[in-house]
Amino acid sequence: MIEFKNIRKSFDGRTVIDNASAEMKAGQCNLIIGASGSGKTVLMKCMVGLFEPDQGEILYSGQNFTAMNNKERTVIRKEIGMLFQGSALFDSMSVQRNIMFPLNMFTDWSYKKKTDRVNEVLERVNLKDTNKKFPSELSGGMKKRVGIARAIVLNPKYLFCDEPNSGLDPITSLLIDKLIKEITVEYNITTVVNTHDMNSVMEIGNYILYMHKGKKEWEGSNKEIIFSKNHLLNEFIFASDFLKDAKEMRMLEETGKIPNLRNADDRIGHSSPSEPS
Amino acid sequence: MKLFTEIGRYLLMIKGMFSRPENMKMYWKEFMHQCSEIGFGSLGIVAIISVFIGAVSTIQTAYQLVTPLIPLSTIAQIVRDTVILEFAPTLVCIVLAGVVGSKIASELGNMRVSEQIDALEIMGINTKAYLVMPKIVASLVMIPLLVIFSMVLGILGGRMAGSAAGILSVTTFDKGLLQEFVPYNVFFALAKAYTFSFIISSVPAYYGYYVKGGALEIGQSSTKAVVTSCILLLFADYVLSALLL
Ligand SMILES: Nc1ncnc2c1ncn2[C@@H]1O[C@H](COP(=O)(O)OP(=O)(O)O)[C@@H](O)[C@H]1O
Ligand SMILES: [Mg+2]
Repeated sequence: MIEFKNIRKSFDGRTVIDNASAEMKAGQCNLIIGASGSGKTVLMKCMVGLFEPDQGEILYSGQNFTAMNNKERTVIRKEIGMLFQGSALFDSMSVQRNIMFPLNMFTDWSYKKKTDRVNEVLERVNLKDTNKKFPSELSGGMKKRVGIARAIVLNPKYLFCDEPNSGLDPITSLLIDKLIKEITVEYNITTVVNTHDMNSVMEIGNYILYMHKGKKEWEGSNKEIIFSKNHLLNEFIFASDFLKDAKEMRMLEETGKIPNLRNADDRIGHSSPSEPS
Repeated sequence: MKLFTEIGRYLLMIKGMFSRPENMKMYWKEFMHQCSEIGFGSLGIVAIISVFIGAVSTIQTAYQLVTPLIPLSTIAQIVRDTVILEFAPTLVCIVLAGVVGSKIASELGNMRVSEQIDALEIMGINTKAYLVMPKIVASLVMIPLLVIFSMVLGILGGRMAGSAAGILSVTTFDKGLLQEFVPYNVFFALAKAYTFSFIISSVPAYYGYYVKGGALEIGQSSTKAVVTSCILLLFADYVLSALLL
């Protein structure tokens, strides 16, 4: 479990995170959502210690990370894995050496044991036999998966993913989301995911934190989010006209003002499939 | 004001390099890798400029020494001293500021912008120690060696050019080389080489490590790194000459 309390962070006098507090639960996908520039990345980097917050504290399973010195933090950091927005693979190294890097640095395992572990995680992310490839030869989705493999190779307790879907097509996005979800449950990891992708929100969001201009605006689960009355959140979720219409129809349907649309649609689709209205 | 914050940050980077390596073997590997990148990577260009500089200084010295009162062997003596004192350390290091400096700045800049440095930090690795220090130490080891290599090749180039142009024979040249040789000059040249090595590795490392933005900024900061290190190098050359000669 990760908690953060009253986090504030500003750059050159401009406040980017304003008094945000929340709790990220173990064995779940905790999502931080919000528009571009709402401070998701900065918040995440504060949580892992890449930025120092100006105020507030971060607790990892009750231990105060903010108050620790570098040496004490290193202990926690070994339990953290992170997938970066651009994957951040070491481009001078092959896939195998990328994933093996944390093992080389922090274990004294034999080469055989390290290779076995690399193959194990590669298989976990469905990338068998790509060991010899270089990052420049991989597609966006493959890079993300190698990034995930590298992040989990040391069996972390905490996994951070910054925009795991950015730059991916919808189908690959879904695969990555599912992978993150499965890994989270399988290894009982506390996972934190930054995203602005509503598909991911509905797919994997056990807990959702909505950030708006650096402030926590709403929190809840993916079951609650579409029924939320929060004006800003609604604007974010139902950004497209299509979804806005969809929501309106739903509400009409629920209040009984129009007949059950889903069944009506099915019937129409059935009788004249070549002429959708 | 901005200059002072930059100098402060530079010094903090240098201070931050000194910490216990997380894994000595990995640091050693990185150091050896940098040695080969910096040393062997620049061997060709250093060889070419050294030979030509030696050759040109023989011909030009001969052209300037018109009186028959001065023995021809003096040409070799002058070539030897200018190559050792100035050309080998200063000129080679200026070229290396371009070759090695821009490489260091753009490599670190790329790692910063693509979040590879963050990825290392997350793993609990001190990136100043793991990425910056091996580059500086490798420069301190390899660049003075390149300078010595350049001295030898420069003198050989002069020797060849002298006989090829019919200015002085190889035997006369060799005789001149041994005349009034001052070992202190070599010491002075090496003192310069060490100082310059530190400048042309640490300044580009600073610019690369702290770059912000994208590909455009990497290019800009590596240009800035080369310009700044050249200016600092020439300034250090002046200070060292004033102090040590
Ligand atoms: N290192 C930095 N220095 C100054 N401003 C920054 C820095 N990083 C982010 N910001 C600013 O913080 C705000 C939030 O950025 P970010 O967290 O990246 O948003 P996003 O929600 O898209 O991830 C942006 O306005 C950005 O300009
Ligand atoms: Mg972001």
